[in-house]
Amino acid sequence: MPFQDKTGSRRFVLASVGLLMAVAAIYAAYRLFTPPAPEIDVAYNTVSRDGFYQVMFETEAQPIPVHETHDWVVTITTPDGTPVNDASISIDGGMPAHGHGLPTEPQMAEALGDGQYRVEGMRFNMGGHWEIRIGISADPGLDEAVFNLDL
Amino acid sequence: MKAARRHVAIGALCGFLALSACDATALSEDEKAKIASLSIDALGPVPPAPGNRFADDPRAADFGRLLFFDEGLSESGTISCATCHIPDQQFQDGRPRGFGTDETDRRTMPLEGAAWNIWQFWDGRRDSLWAQALTPLEDLREHAGNRTAHVRYIAEAHADSYAEIFGALPDISGIPENASPVGGETERANWDAMTPTQKDGVNRVFANIGKAIAAFERTLIPTETRFDRFARAVAAGSEQTGDAAFSDLELEGLRLFIGKANCLECHNGPRFTDDHFHNTGVPPVAGLPEDLGRAAGIVAVQSDPFNCLGRYSDAMPDACDALRFMKRDATAMERAYKTPSLRGVAGRPPYMHAGQIATLEAVIDHYSSAPAAASGQSEIRGVVFTDRGRQALIAFLNTLDTTPVSDP
Repeated sequence: MPFQDKTGSRRFVLASVGLLMAVAAIYAAYRLFTPPAPEIDVAYNTVSRDGFYQVMFETEAQPIPVHETHDWVVTITTPDGTPVNDASISIDGGMPAHGHGLPTEPQMAEALGDGQYRVEGMRFNMGGHWEIRIGISADPGLDEAVFNLDL
Repeated sequence: MKAARRHVAIGALCGFLALSACDATALSEDEKAKIASLSIDALGPVPPAPGNRFADDPRAADFGRLLFFDEGLSESGTISCATCHIPDQQFQDGRPRGFGTDETDRRTMPLEGAAWNIWQFWDGRRDSLWAQALTPLEDLREHAGNRTAHVRYIAEAHADSYAEIFGALPDISGIPENASPVGGETERANWDAMTPTQKDGVNRVFANIGKAIAAFERTLIPTETRFDRFARAVAAGSEQTGDAAFSDLELEGLRLFIGKANCLECHNGPRFTDDHFHNTGVPPVAGLPEDLGRAAGIVAVQSDPFNCLGRYSDAMPDACDALRFMKRDATAMERAYKTPSLRGVAGRPPYMHAGQIATLEAVIDHYSSAPAAASGQSEIRGVVFTDRGRQALIAFLNTLDTTPVSDP
């Protein structure tokens, strides 16, 4: 009986160790194979909500800087690629996860022709996911293009 | 057989311990990137000051240092900038609210790294260091002086130093002894009686006082901390040795700071500030006048004659980014205050814009409980901390101290 007891406790130790190993292995596998967070669309070229415009932007500095006021050039065409030259545009945005907007009020500075517009005063005060909404008013109609930025 | 089992058991145990140890110390790429973004090595050179063409003139900085400590720039002859901005206390005074000739409504801010600020004061009511430096000179609870008195003092005590940098002083023979557009009734009446040329001459000298002080303040750059040495070792992939090595508690605190505690939402970048304004539900101090924070600062900075777009600024209007693209929505900025830098924070209680919170422990309690704002909307969401987590966060904040805790 004493022998039995001893074996029993050794089995218990081994079982515990085995269990710990299994937990550790599962955790390691979890860390290794966890898929990245669901992809958000970070293309800087998109179709506006109602489909009136194809909108893309380029930034003065690459990668898009944090803590630095900089310019954007927004290019607007119709879906068939014709530049939209008479648009007035507004910029808004924020961080959906944190419930705050942009730290600045960016402004359209000038129309550069060829459907291009220079926007001044873009600034991001932290890294992470930002949503930028570009409101466009031109002949085809009022529409909004939304960009997701991961800074 | 027994021995074999024991070996298996020991092997498994070691494997498990190694894995846990690995989990506790190895930093993820994301964590490393965040640590690098906070390091002093990520801080660029002192940014240009387009409104102040003397900003980087060493003679102006020397003169500014002299003026910073000069009690002659006060009504009583006993108050200087250094009265509240005490050099060996991180250029602050450790009081809940600054005290010149009387107690003010706001906490004195430290000056290291102030040259990187976009906005000055807790409410950003000034947009440059030089415009900021002028304000306390005429505040009745601070230097309590007035514009013509300050200019007359410069002419009397520092005419040569002034002229060497800024050119000859204007003729001040006919100007009143005490006059200012923002002073008491007598000072304002005296100011109104001055000619436009006299006012302009006085304003110009007054602005140059600020520009010299700003040139000095630009030399007060942030000092390296233990955290910076830790971050440098992490970036280099080398072992952290000496005081660059973090204890388990400090590392845990750092991880909370850059992770679950959400501190990085505002305290980000190498100065641990986003240079913006946030309502964090800090309660008003009983007995003080209503304080709307940034909502009032937005109005004040636009009407400041010494702002970047004003006639005493050396900037081309195009260079005034901060003002031109300023967020003007006052409703959203009600009781929002500037994010202070956290460098050296553990060494300068009390905390918040009017010294409302006495200790770091109580600050963490505030962010944990996330009380509603007295007015406006608080941005913070409560975070649940364990006791160990609180200690860890404080241990980490101590590594941002400008004076090393220990020097082995």
